[in-house]
Amino acid sequence: MSTEPVDERPPPAGPLTNLIAAAVVVVLGGAAIAGSFALGAGSPSEPGSGTWPLIIGGALVVLGLALAVRARDTGEAERFTRSGLLVVAAVASMIAYVAVIATIGFEIPTLLLAFVWLRFLGHESWRLSIITSIAIVVVFYALFVGALDVTIPHLF
Amino acid sequence: MSSVLDGFAVVLEPTNLLYCLVGVVIGMLIGVLPGLGPAATIAILLPVTFGLEPVTAIIMLAGIFYGAQYGGTITSVLLRLPGEASSVVTVFDGHALARQGKAGTALGIAAIGSFVGGTLAIIALTFVAPLVADFALDFGPPEYTALALLGILLVATISSGGRLRALTAAAIGLLLATVGRDEFTSAERFTFGNLNLADGLDFVPIAMGLFGLGEILYNLEERHRKVQAPATVTNVWPSRADLKQSSGAIGRGSVLGFVLGILPGGGAVLSSLAAYALEKRRSKHPERFGKGAIEGVAAPETANNAAATSSFIPLLSLGIPANATMAVIFGALLIQGVTPGPQLVTENPELFWGVVNSMYIGNILLLIMSIPLVGLFVRILRVRATVLAPITVLITLVGAYTVNNSVFDIGLVIAFGIIGYLMKKLGFDPGPMVLAFVLGTLLESSLRRSLLLFDGDPTGFFTRPISGVLLAALIAVALFPLAQTLLRRRRTTPTEEKEPAA
Repeated sequence: MSTEPVDERPPPAGPLTNLIAAAVVVVLGGAAIAGSFALGAGSPSEPGSGTWPLIIGGALVVLGLALAVRARDTGEAERFTRSGLLVVAAVASMIAYVAVIATIGFEIPTLLLAFVWLRFLGHESWRLSIITSIAIVVVFYALFVGALDVTIPHLF
Repeated sequence: MSSVLDGFAVVLEPTNLLYCLVGVVIGMLIGVLPGLGPAATIAILLPVTFGLEPVTAIIMLAGIFYGAQYGGTITSVLLRLPGEASSVVTVFDGHALARQGKAGTALGIAAIGSFVGGTLAIIALTFVAPLVADFALDFGPPEYTALALLGILLVATISSGGRLRALTAAAIGLLLATVGRDEFTSAERFTFGNLNLADGLDFVPIAMGLFGLGEILYNLEERHRKVQAPATVTNVWPSRADLKQSSGAIGRGSVLGFVLGILPGGGAVLSSLAAYALEKRRSKHPERFGKGAIEGVAAPETANNAAATSSFIPLLSLGIPANATMAVIFGALLIQGVTPGPQLVTENPELFWGVVNSMYIGNILLLIMSIPLVGLFVRILRVRATVLAPITVLITLVGAYTVNNSVFDIGLVIAFGIIGYLMKKLGFDPGPMVLAFVLGTLLESSLRRSLLLFDGDPTGFFTRPISGVLLAALIAVALFPLAQTLLRRRRTTPTEEKEPAA
């Protein structure tokens, strides 16, 4: 969606990254084909549950192979760099958030997630991180529990 | 005509006006966050509208839609960061004006242009959409099959990252739509025994994940990019001379935008580019463009808003979303129990005209709100991305929960957030995937019904006049770039084998 000015684009990825992406597409298509046979592929005059997945699976395999052929045509994909570790950490924090929210309510996970993102992912100061994360929890509590009366799991 | 007026009466109820206003403001609030375009903004804010009555919710969505559009303009002018592809050309002259200390003028003229373009487009839509819907009442499964395929192909053709990648994304979207119970045989497909998947994947977590969270994760990496603090904005009201200078551009932009916006695909992108090019060609001093020409802001901003509005026509009258943003709105309407399509205007006139008329109000409120509030949004832009990111993420996660009160949905948002991030990194536009997901069920059931109808003979698609024409158009769109490549290859040396920027 967002279109960056061209001069700020990160370095392009190599052919290997493109090949892996193409392989994932082929495997996905293959899995869809296998699944569609298990469902019953049907025939044109009597399409079954598996007919449509079979068509899509076939299309995916073809598209994946075409992507593999073009793998040396680099330029669209971006290289994964060290800053990708930030994303890994961010995802890990969110998975932990989902894992505990049902049992201990949203307040503590929200506070911790905001703090981790601010202090460790964003390198904000301790003071700003603590104040902002507390403020976020207070506002969320007022908004979702107080004003909107959403049934989100909460402690208080 | 009376139903049109009834629609206005509904929209003008104070509560509805209030929600429209709130929609415009929060749409702009999220829309100014760098990197979040209209599709992402609407996806993130979808849960806010769920608790409301259908008509109120739709009115609020219209507000969010216009607010999000304008939010992208603000970042284009002030930060040189277009929120979406259709604001890219605004950057050239908009940012040049901002450097000359005339950011206020640029934002003001963009707001006025958007208002004029949007309003003219809605007036035209008021007359055109019911006609199209009337025509489409005769459509059967074969026509819908062809229409859905054509829509997906056109979106793939103009999407960033090339056709091959876009078509791959679309195919994955179609595959995702098959998850869940088959509506013909009730067989469970690709659910892996998970009860949460039995009813299929929900649209909202997918849109929130791919557009919202994926974008946020992608932006996390972009910390190295220096974002200069935006200049202070003064004099938002354009001078009489500026208005006079851009009035022609606004008029031409409105017409161009409306016409191009009806086409499925990137009407808004295409029309903003075309409007800019047209003004530059008509100008007696084309060298001013790119250095702060006010028409260079007025024309594309008018055109993209007119196009964004007229792209509601295929959505409301055919039930076919023309681009990623419309796909998100389509999903939102379905959740509210409104199925856009040819029957909507006759069976549910109140809702249909409610939707259309809320766009008038959304547009007016945008004009009223954007000018005084520009200062506030500029202040938001000064807040560092490191502070905004956790706030947006938490809104997304908690919002995803509130839709179905389901923790599983938060998990889905995160999963699709990861997929969205990887897709962006690898050059796949998530837009075609969401669009194909939304159209997947319609496409499959239409195809299966058609095949039953034709007794398995696919030539039946070509012998029916309307589906035949649509499929001929489909083949033309599919083959056009191929022919282009062949021609280019013949003309240039064989070493220059580059995919055309289709």
